[in-house]
Amino acid sequence: MKVRVTVNGVAYERDVEPRTLLAYFLREECRLTGTHVGCDTSSCGCCVVVLDGTRAVKSCTMFAAQADGHEILTVEGLAEGGKLHALQQGFWDQHGLQCGFCTPGMLLASYALLKHQPNPSEADIREGLAGNLCRCTGYQNIVKAVQQAAATLGQPAGTT
Amino acid sequence: MIPAAFDYLRPLTTDEAFAHLQQHGAEARVLAGGQSLIPAMRFRLARPAVLVDINALNDLNYLRVADQALAIGAIARDSDVERAPWIGERRWSLIHDASRVVADPVVRQMGTVVGSLCHNDPSGDWTTVALASRASLVVRGKDGTRRVPIDAFLVDSFTTAIADGEMALGAEFPVPDDRTAGSYQKVERKVGDYATAAAAVQVSLNADGTIRSAGVALSAAGACAVRVDAAEKALTGQKPSADLIRAASDAAWKRSAPQADARGSIEFKKHLAGVLVARGLRQAFSRLGVQA
Repeated sequence: MKVRVTVNGVAYERDVEPRTLLAYFLREECRLTGTHVGCDTSSCGCCVVVLDGTRAVKSCTMFAAQADGHEILTVEGLAEGGKLHALQQGFWDQHGLQCGFCTPGMLLASYALLKHQPNPSEADIREGLAGNLCRCTGYQNIVKAVQQAAATLGQPAGTT
Repeated sequence: MIPAAFDYLRPLTTDEAFAHLQQHGAEARVLAGGQSLIPAMRFRLARPAVLVDINALNDLNYLRVADQALAIGAIARDSDVERAPWIGERRWSLIHDASRVVADPVVRQMGTVVGSLCHNDPSGDWTTVALASRASLVVRGKDGTRRVPIDAFLVDSFTTAIADGEMALGAEFPVPDDRTAGSYQKVERKVGDYATAAAAVQVSLNADGTIRSAGVALSAAGACAVRVDAAEKALTGQKPSADLIRAASDAAWKRSAPQADARGSIEFKKHLAGVLVARGLRQAFSRLGVQA
């Protein structure tokens, strides 16, 4: 079947089997390998992408066919004009990653979290990222990174 | 772990979806949030020949409180419930509690309440909440649309009163009165795991402080979520007290019939059922300003 999706602002049209999962569609059809597949069973959150600008979804547990006609944001689409997104800068500054495998999912889950809660408490961040596993950091620096990003994004343009 | 091949249909109207289901009968499954169905398909525990994706049916994407009932459409997400503007009202505390512990926060952005009810996992959250709230399902069949009370809806593990070719359009939770509070208590090994044990309770008080009605249900305590009739009977008409909570807790321990697995032994899970009902009742009474 034909699947047409807009990923990071770019239109893709591919002919795939209905059973193709969105994570594999992104990685193998769109060649966007920033979306990682960890557990492959919706437990780890490494494959999280953002659907239609606000909803974080585990792309290993959604068929590409379901994304037909929708917009997807992946980690490759976060930076704009060579400038890191505030979340990416936060992860960089706060050392919010070590091996980096969980990072794309962490970034996209955080992106959706901040869309719904622009000024989250530490508890909000910890609860909001409870579906994303990290085996390196112990989470502390990830929480700091999201706090930094929330502060940056909360400032009026031109004040940073 | 790739699912078996299937035909994918994405109807644009409920009539069209229903026609597909009628045509394909037992071969077809409805795809709503897919957060249980897709993993089941990946493990090949489910091999539907046809998937009818209902996510484009905007008329089933609703969540509204009317005079009689909170109506939840078939594609309203768990996160819609969690973020509803009225969810902080005391009367909805059972549903509010549950909406924050179903699966994990990302899964809740796709997963649906109605899909979870239709999946009827023995360790499900919404089935347990629906029993304690005395919810019902709106089911469309050949002869029209009917309301099925949750007790009749939950038939057996992964089996509901929905026949082949039928579809659930939504769920309805009766609007509790002002002097109502509830609590959802869940023990899980980690975020996103199935409940080791969970209890849903909801109580309404009369003006004189006696209990007008009570709902008590358990998850992971039988073939599907179970109502603890004996606890509900014991509570009704009485004033909240420590003895009363103990009686309801004992009833829950007796009623619980769990299976032993990696999450715990039968004894442990039965013990938890009693403890969680007691904790839930204490919290519900406390939310009503009553110390018991």
